Amino acid sequence: MRALLAFATVASLAFVPMAHAGTVNAAVAANFTKVAEQIGADFSAATGHDVVFSFGATGALYTQITQAAPFDVFLSADDKRTGTAIADGFGVEGTEFTYAVGKVALYSPSLDLTDGAAVLRAGAFQHIAIADPVTAPYGAAGVAVIAALGLTEALTPKIVTGQNITQALQFIDSGNAEVGFVALSQVLGEPATQIWLPPQEDYPAIRQNAVLLKNGEANEAATAFLDYLRSDEAAAIIRAAGYVLE
Amino acid sequence: MPTLDEILPPIILTASLAGVTTILLLVIGTPIAWWLARTPSRWREPVAAIVALPLVLPPTVIGFYLLLALGPSGPGGPLAALWGARTLAFSFEGLVIGSILYSLPFMVQPIRVAFESMGPDPIEAAQTLGARRWPTFTRVIVPETRAGFLTGVILTFAHTIGEFGVVLMIGGNIPGKTKVLSIAIYDFVERGEWLKAHWVSAGMVLFAFLVVTATMLLDRRFGRLTG
Repeated sequence: MRALLAFATVASLAFVPMAHAGTVNAAVAANFTKVAEQIGADFSAATGHDVVFSFGATGALYTQITQAAPFDVFLSADDKRTGTAIADGFGVEGTEFTYAVGKVALYSPSLDLTDGAAVLRAGAFQHIAIADPVTAPYGAAGVAVIAALGLTEALTPKIVTGQNITQALQFIDSGNAEVGFVALSQVLGEPATQIWLPPQEDYPAIRQNAVLLKNGEANEAATAFLDYLRSDEAAAIIRAAGYVLE
Repeated sequence: MPTLDEILPPIILTASLAGVTTILLLVIGTPIAWWLARTPSRWREPVAAIVALPLVLPPTVIGFYLLLALGPSGPGGPLAALWGARTLAFSFEGLVIGSILYSLPFMVQPIRVAFESMGPDPIEAAQTLGARRWPTFTRVIVPETRAGFLTGVILTFAHTIGEFGVVLMIGGNIPGKTKVLSIAIYDFVERGEWLKAHWVSAGMVLFAFLVVTATMLLDRRFGRLTG
């Protein structure tokens, strides 16, 4: 064990510029969990900085930020909370950018969703899971798609609300809800017949913005992480994960 | 300030959930407490430990297992099918099941301690006088241990009112059906409606204060019974 540790230390000294190694604390929207971890690992390998992620619902994370949570950067699931962060004095002006544009997906492990709109119209299910439309953009997107199909009245009694899309997916994966609106990135590996992508014009674009927080203004690792998030390497990972970039 | 429409349904729902849970737990918990207080069985401690587990387990653990157990692939699915549903999650019934598990120790523990501290004397006296089992229970044991029952009822009711993690995981946040007070507060905070969160939270603080004071007064009046 000690030998291994020594080897690891030597190896990291050999390959990584250690001189400026720092740590960035990142508050990240739950839907970006897997991608962030992947980008974080690449970022650490490339720069020697460490990233510590706190995943959660955007609203909850923002509330924590207003209460002096020790975050350096904030990767929101929307383009509102980052603006609010700047306006309220928690974010650094001029550092906000869109790191990914999300696509909402209707997903069901049990129903054939080749024509998802028809499945929604038929309504042959008892529960449809969505994330809280007030706080989660994917939840709002789901509600907008239902409204665009004119099914608000028919489907509202069947809606079960997760605190975020992770919980919405939990409700579906555990079989408690037959179908639900989640992020495409969450179900990318699933068979195509189980996923339906509503037309983009049926819901407001889900721009996910990042911002540097005042807390991380002097933190070199924080700026480096945001730069890396905009790099081609990161963009490739983000696209592969089911997001689009503007 | 939250409007009445926002706040009344969660209050009614939370109170009914706590009420139903308390009544059911009184029925379920009393025999368990009795057995635990009287049995010489070597299974006593393991069973007592299982009853006490919810005190230590994170509500998320209970919620996670319940979400699977209540669903179509768990025992909850076939049960729900009796009235045409697919799952017990997202329903009042599901919340009651969750609350019973979650609050079990709060009912069993005080009653068990009361049974134990009563000792065998009153029962033997009643039997010597020819009393049958049920009258012995209702007219001797229950009055003798009423402080334990009262404490159990108050704690169970209050603990269910304060339930959050379990409901969050199996409830689906449906207004009027599974959106209880603690979830409503969480939503207010999440949405940045802090003024509303303040009002409801302050109400909860007052309620908790009254409950704790009541149990302490009970304790003083009846001696140390809450264990």
